[in-house]
Amino acid sequence: MNVVEVKNLSLSYGDINVLESLNFEIPENSFVSIVGPNGAGKTTLMKILLGLIKSYNGEVKIFGKNPGDVDPQLIGYVPQIKTMDRNFPALSIELVASGLIRRWPWSVKGNEKEKSLKALSMVKAEHLALRSITELSGGELQRVCLARSIVRNPKLVVLDEPATGIDAIGEADLYNLLEAYQKNSSATILMITHDWHVAHHHSDYVLLLNRKQVSFGHPEVALSENNLRMAFGHIGHEHKIRST
Amino acid sequence: MIEFFTLPFMQRALLAGILVGFLASYYGVFVVQRGLGFLGSGLAHAAFGGVALGILLDQEPLIIAVPFTVLVAIGITYVKNKTNLAGDTTIGIFFSVSMALGIIFIFMKRQYTSDAFNYLFGSILAVSLTDVIAPAILILITLVFSPFWKRWAYTSFDRELAQADRIPVQFDDYILSILIAVTIVVSIKVVGIVLIAAFLVIPPAASRLINKSFSRMTVISILFGISTAVIGLWISYYLDIPSGATIILLQAALFFLVMIIKKVYS
Repeated sequence: MNVVEVKNLSLSYGDINVLESLNFEIPENSFVSIVGPNGAGKTTLMKILLGLIKSYNGEVKIFGKNPGDVDPQLIGYVPQIKTMDRNFPALSIELVASGLIRRWPWSVKGNEKEKSLKALSMVKAEHLALRSITELSGGELQRVCLARSIVRNPKLVVLDEPATGIDAIGEADLYNLLEAYQKNSSATILMITHDWHVAHHHSDYVLLLNRKQVSFGHPEVALSENNLRMAFGHIGHEHKIRST
Repeated sequence: MIEFFTLPFMQRALLAGILVGFLASYYGVFVVQRGLGFLGSGLAHAAFGGVALGILLDQEPLIIAVPFTVLVAIGITYVKNKTNLAGDTTIGIFFSVSMALGIIFIFMKRQYTSDAFNYLFGSILAVSLTDVIAPAILILITLVFSPFWKRWAYTSFDRELAQADRIPVQFDDYILSILIAVTIVVSIKVVGIVLIAAFLVIPPAASRLINKSFSRMTVISILFGISTAVIGLWISYYLDIPSGATIILLQAALFFLVMIIKKVYS
């Protein structure tokens, strides 16, 4: 069964085509990366999939439904930590519980507390439960946000540039946790990244995007040198995907 | 001391102070956390337009000021949501138009209106039964809308996250703006139009300094708001100085005291 089905998806703002003729299907229990340079339309595509942008051309189905009609309980979303109000007075456990009740909790008790602590322990962050989010490093906050997204046992986890603002060790930890969660839960992981090396290493499928769909498929094929050149215009000093 | 509690006008002022202290510091946590300090100021000045219209029409100013300020709040929220203008620009436009209308309404009255000064600077002597009943009704409405705290808080933390979880953030923005607008109008007799924005900001800001949780910030903000309103009214009565200014100065003193204590203990 496909978790995501996109047919002829296009979106323009005035004369600017933000997305043009996207066609792809994401099977369940897969790890998929959406890769592209800045301004490629990655975040716009993610917003369409989450039901945040409702006006577009083409057909988009998530679990067989229009994005806006999907039960939000089925989707765990990890936004970029830079978009959050990091000065918000919140304990980590409250942030995690917000993912469970889809509201901000007045207090976290009973079943909510138990599930939130379990989610934190799954990302090895149980010790952060009573810490203020203002005191967390980027990597720690990202773990808490991941716990927040998986606390509801979603069937689809969507991550927007999860490595932004965290160091290399934190980034490696995050991908290991994601892979472990996917194995244990059979969830589908959909990650936005501009780092094609990371996408190549962790993904089952890659969607390479630069407003138009450059390629979709297994990383070896989708991230060919020619495709990368088409998407990014150049492929920097490293002409080939690092051997992993 | 006993005299302070037995005088009927003081009893009304105290009751109004407690109710308004609760309302301003409850809604103030969202004002502070969303960086909407200028909204409070803008709506307070918009309320002046409504009050002035009430004075011009020889009507109870509150009754005219409530719908007037609510309309301005809806206008600000609508323009902010529908254009790419910054929030403070939108507020600035509505704020100056309302203030200009207020000045023209007062000018059209063509007679000395001491009432206008009571609304601008607050006066405990001028607090009527209506000024007690109005915030009491708003507290009941606030209780009805108490489930919205969780939604407003969620949106304050991350708007996109709240939208992804199907929170109707724009609808909630309208409800919050309207309730803040009405809070401002029902508070102006005690605090005054000129200073009400500070009443919305200082108790929550002081509370924010010492709380790591938004629910605790809300509770402590309300305690700060009520206690400073009561003590401020008492001081203003004994020193015979304006009530609104006294309350705000007391709140500012509390804010700096909290800041110093926090600095010392951390």
